[in-house]
Order: sequence, then C-alpha cells, then structure tokens
Amino acid sequence: MSNLNSYRTGPDETGHFGIFGGQFVAETLMPLILELDAAYEASKKDPEFAKELSGLLKHYVGRESPLYFAERLTEHYGGAKIYLKREDLNHTGAHKINNCMGQILLARRMGKTRIIAETGAGQHGVATATVAARFGLKCAIYMGETDIERQKPNVFRMKLLGAEVIPVKSGARTLKDAMNEALRDWVTNVADTFYIIGTVAGPHPYPQLVRDFQCIIGEETRRQMREAEGRLPDTLLACIGGGSNAMGLFHPFLDEESVEIIGVEAAGHGIDTDKHAASLKGGRPGVLHGNRTYLLQDDDGQILEAHSISAGLDYPGIGPEHSWLNDVGRVKYVNATDQEALDAFQLCCRLEGIIPALESSHALAHLEKIAPDLPKDHIIVVNLSGRGDKDIFTVASALGVDL
Amino acid sequence: MSETRIDRRFRALKAEGRAAFVTYVMAGDPDLESALEIVKGLPAAGADIIEVGLPFTDPMADGPAIQQAGLRALASGTTLRKTLDLIAEFRKTDDETPIVLMGYYNPIYSYGVDRFLKDARAAGIDGMIVVDLPSEEDSELCLPARAAGFNFIRLATPTTNDRRLPKVLANSSGFLYYVSIAGTTGAAAPKPADVATALQRIRKATDLPIAVGFGIRTGAQAAEIAKIADGAVVGTALVEQVALGSDNKDAVKRVLDLAREISAGIRSVKKT
Ligand SMILES: Cc1ncc(COP(=O)(O)O)c(C=O)c1O
Repeated sequence: MSNLNSYRTGPDETGHFGIFGGQFVAETLMPLILELDAAYEASKKDPEFAKELSGLLKHYVGRESPLYFAERLTEHYGGAKIYLKREDLNHTGAHKINNCMGQILLARRMGKTRIIAETGAGQHGVATATVAARFGLKCAIYMGETDIERQKPNVFRMKLLGAEVIPVKSGARTLKDAMNEALRDWVTNVADTFYIIGTVAGPHPYPQLVRDFQCIIGEETRRQMREAEGRLPDTLLACIGGGSNAMGLFHPFLDEESVEIIGVEAAGHGIDTDKHAASLKGGRPGVLHGNRTYLLQDDDGQILEAHSISAGLDYPGIGPEHSWLNDVGRVKYVNATDQEALDAFQLCCRLEGIIPALESSHALAHLEKIAPDLPKDHIIVVNLSGRGDKDIFTVASALGVDL
Repeated sequence: MSETRIDRRFRALKAEGRAAFVTYVMAGDPDLESALEIVKGLPAAGADIIEVGLPFTDPMADGPAIQQAGLRALASGTTLRKTLDLIAEFRKTDDETPIVLMGYYNPIYSYGVDRFLKDARAAGIDGMIVVDLPSEEDSELCLPARAAGFNFIRLATPTTNDRRLPKVLANSSGFLYYVSIAGTTGAAAPKPADVATALQRIRKATDLPIAVGFGIRTGAQAAEIAKIADGAVVGTALVEQVALGSDNKDAVKRVLDLAREISAGIRSVKKT
C-alpha cells in the first residue's frame, strides 16, 4: 500500500491488497475485465453517474437506512449501548441492492444487454433480478440446488421479477458452485453479458467496486452516529460471507484508531469440525474465483465445501481485502455457530420485533460475548444486513416446526 | 531458452509437412493405473503432444465433461504429486513425446511454486498451461517456469484483440493455444472459416506454432483444422470416452480408438 498511514488506499495498481486479490481468470475474460475497470474509473470521475446512483438509492432503494437504537437488546445484555444499521429495510430486504444498483448503471454504460449473477441466500439474486427488471435487461441467476431448496421464497421472487433461475447441480450445490457456473456463462457470453458479482470477491476490480458501492452503509452510519451521539461508535460488528456488508460498514472507519472492528464468520457446527465456513480461521491463502484469498482447502489445494445454516455465508472463501485486514491485524475476525446464530435470531425477533436474516444473526450472536461486559457508554453498531423472511423455513425446520 | 521437446516436435512436424495432434486427458481418470495406460498408449495412437490434466475441484473454464473427469480423478485419489508420478512413469519408456501439464493454479500454489518446478522437471514435464494465470499474473508462475526452462503456453481466444495479443505472447513459448470459441471446453464446434481469419491475424504477431482447440470431436473436424493450424487439440471428446462404460480397461481402449481415428484425419492433410 502506498500510504502507510492509511488502511484505505488499496488495492494497488495491480489490484492487490498486500498479497491478496489479483486477476486470476481465463484469458477470454481478461479484455472484458480491463474494460470494466476502465468503465468504473470513468464513472468515478463523472458527476452524472454519482447523481443518477444517489437518486435511485434514495427514491428506489429507500436510503438512507435508519441507524436504530436497540433499546431492549441493550437492556437484555445490560452493558454496551447497541445500535442496528437497518439494511433490512432497503427495497428487496438486504444490503445487496446497494451494489446491484451501482453495477447495473455500469452495465448500461458499457452497452451490455444481459445480466448474470450467482446467489446463495437468494438476496443478491433478488436484488439483481430487481434492478434488471427496473432497467429492462435480460437476467439469469445461478443458484445451487441445495440453496434453491432452502431459500424457496427468494427463488419465486426472482421468477416473478422476470429472471431465469438456473439450478446448479455441481459440487455441494451451493454458492461456490453457483459462482463457477456464472463464470462459465460469462466466458461463453462475454460479448453481451455483464456479471454482477454479489460480494467483495472475484477478480480486480470487483472487490474494490463492490466495496465502494457498499461504503454508503458506513458513511451513513458515521453521519447518523454523529447526530445521535455526537461521536464515533466504539465497536462495529458485521457478518462475513464474502464480506460485502461488512466491508461497506467497516471501510469508512478503518483509519479511526478508536473504533474496534469485528467481522463474524460462520462456524457452522463448530470451527473444529469439518462443517463450517470460517475461511480465515480454518483456511489458508489460495487462488479461487479470480483472486488470492484465504480459502478452505485440503493439503493438495483442492477446495473444500463450506457449511453454514445460512446460505449467504456458505462459501469457502472471503473477499481479499478482508484477508489483508486480517493479516495486518486491523480487523478482528471471530465466528458464530449455527446454534448461536439461531439463538440470536430468535432473541432479536422477540425483543426488537425485527426478524433478522440468518446471515445478520451471526453478527448479532457476537453481542452476547462482548456486550454484557462493556460499560454502558460503549457504543456498538451491528450491521443488520438483511431481513429474515426468506429464512423462516430453515429456522422452522431447525426448531422442529412443520410449516 | 534451450530447445524443449515441444520445440523439437514442432520442428520435426514442419519438416514432415503436417499438423500436430495434441491430445488432452485427465490424470487419474478413471483411475491412476488406467490413466497411465492411456497416456502410454497415446503416442502409438498418433498423439504428437500430450496434455495431462491436473484435476481441480473448481475448473471455471471447463464444460461438464472435463468437470466430471476431474471429479472422477479426485475420487480415485489423484493429487498433484501423483500426477507428477504418472508422468515420471511415462517418461521411463518415452523420452520423446512432449508432455504439457494443464490445469488451474491453486494446487500448484498450494504445493509451492519452487518445489513444483523442481519436481515437474524431474518428472519430465516440458510445458504447462495454467488456465487462470493470464499475463497479468506472470510473476506467479510464468516467469519462474520460463527461467527453469519450461515452455509456458498461453491461451488466446476470440476476445484477445490486437491490442492485447502482444501481452499474451510475451513470455509464452512452445506454441500458442488458440481457443476457437468464447466458451468452456467441449462447447460448440469451431467454424473453420472464422478460425482461419483469426489465425491470419495472430500470425502477424508471432512465429510460434499455433494449435487450435475447443470443440473438435472427429477426424474430419480435426482435418479441417489441420489445414489451417499447426496443431489440433482434442480433449473433451477423448475424456468423454472414459465415461461411456464402467469397465476401466474398456475405457483405455475406447480413448485410444478415438485417438487413432482423429490422428488419421490429421495425417490425411499434407502441407507444403
Ligand atoms: C442478508 C445478508 N447478509 C450477508 C450476506 C453475506 O454476504 P456479504 O458477506 O457479502 O455481505 C448475505 C448474502 O447472501 C445476505 O443475504
């Protein structure tokens, strides 16, 4: 990184955050990725682009999202003061649409007529299908068969929005496999197709551009916290699948030394079992899906299947900038199990009247481990990345309820 | 760089006046022993260059046939080490046929680049194609491999425009692999006329031999390509033969039979 006084200058000219990131893709895709990079750089210099995007975020997505003081969760833990950043209140129910809106405007500028995306929980698929409908572009969403099964409401939503949902039958039939298949589609249809990647991963410039489109979460949080408390928060908490909601919240605060930043990975059945999705804790650096990052892999460099009760976290990798922030020690990465997330899910429903996404419930689950012991003037912001309507079937079955 | 088996083979074929038959098979598919028999049998079945696939769980540029082959290979216990052993075993009886290792970067990265290059040299590998290492990532493996005397063979595709072509060619050697369609392995057959136009364009930028692949399935198709290119690569069609039955012995025979048929097609085309 060029400026050692800042954690916010990455990636470098070659798309790296330290050793992480890069452009590990087939030659067929390289010209298009370079074109995307150029289009993105041009858009940053164009005030019209910013104006169009912010108008859509306000009037269509419904931003800004509230920063809500969670009074009863705060009371329950009896320690730190807890705020929730309400990304669940965005149109389509998660943070994913912030990024989709940015990318579809790029796609239009590049003259692309067809949109593809991968999805795990279906939130990114729904957000992509939504913006594709809004701009009248053809849309195909790749989704693993396992995820289609556990996220049925979102599958139907995507279809209603006019997208074709293509079931992926390879591997464990989850997010990793959906991403493989989306990349194969892209290699085949490079000329007319734009690939809207749903998280801060993939070949450069995706980790950077997805981060930039998600940074509105952290920027709003800064402003809202100043209004509410007249200062910065003390701790930030967010769940990590690929890491886009987390990066969006974290990045604007990286250079604030006083702010403790914690990312929560999915520990599935437990970090010491072979059924988890904690790539930083349980993985090592490797190359997959266009970037070098921490990956769950065996001794021979074969990628392992991840596991999480939450489809959106069920991925054996993590965005490269998180890998870097982990190695330089700026962000602390912890994890929460399926069970801990389920407990936090139910607690949030009952105490706050908010049904959180199972993904976001992993961030909520960490509260129990830190909030009770912190002083009452310690402020924690949890990124409530999405709402949990999509998860009611999964939760019902985990609780032994027949719907 | 000193001459490799690949350079020698193309020089000899040029003198002979015909195109190279480049075959692709997956290491460890359907099992390590049968795969060794296939590789050992390929030169006699007409293969001039053998690409040995290194299996990977997530082959993002491959179609269903090669994906399945990779999974069969992994299920049979194939690793990078065992792939190198297979090639070393082949080299005991064949010191002439060039071997190109083809796969994805992560197993190599995980093994360690320096250790890999040392062991690949010892096994008798001549060149490598690593699908997810474009020229932007040359410092990872391409440059060290070149320095160690390997041919680093690069893919050019229909999307590789004139501006990009010099980047693709820089640091590549042995031959250029022209991927005749934008797509994954095993997709549509190439249109010879389109390929001819592309090759004319590429030849202006390089003297490297050009082999054309993706979608060639029959002797007749291979012959069409042999007329315009320096080599025809056949992978998916051979790999599919493995999957046709459950007896692994028969798989060896089916693969070699098809190789003979395609080889005849290529050898029917004489060039001046
Ligand atoms: C609500 C919600 N939160 C979080 C995630 C995880 O993605 P990321 O880590 O990129 O925010 C997802 C992914 O589907 C999601 O739907």
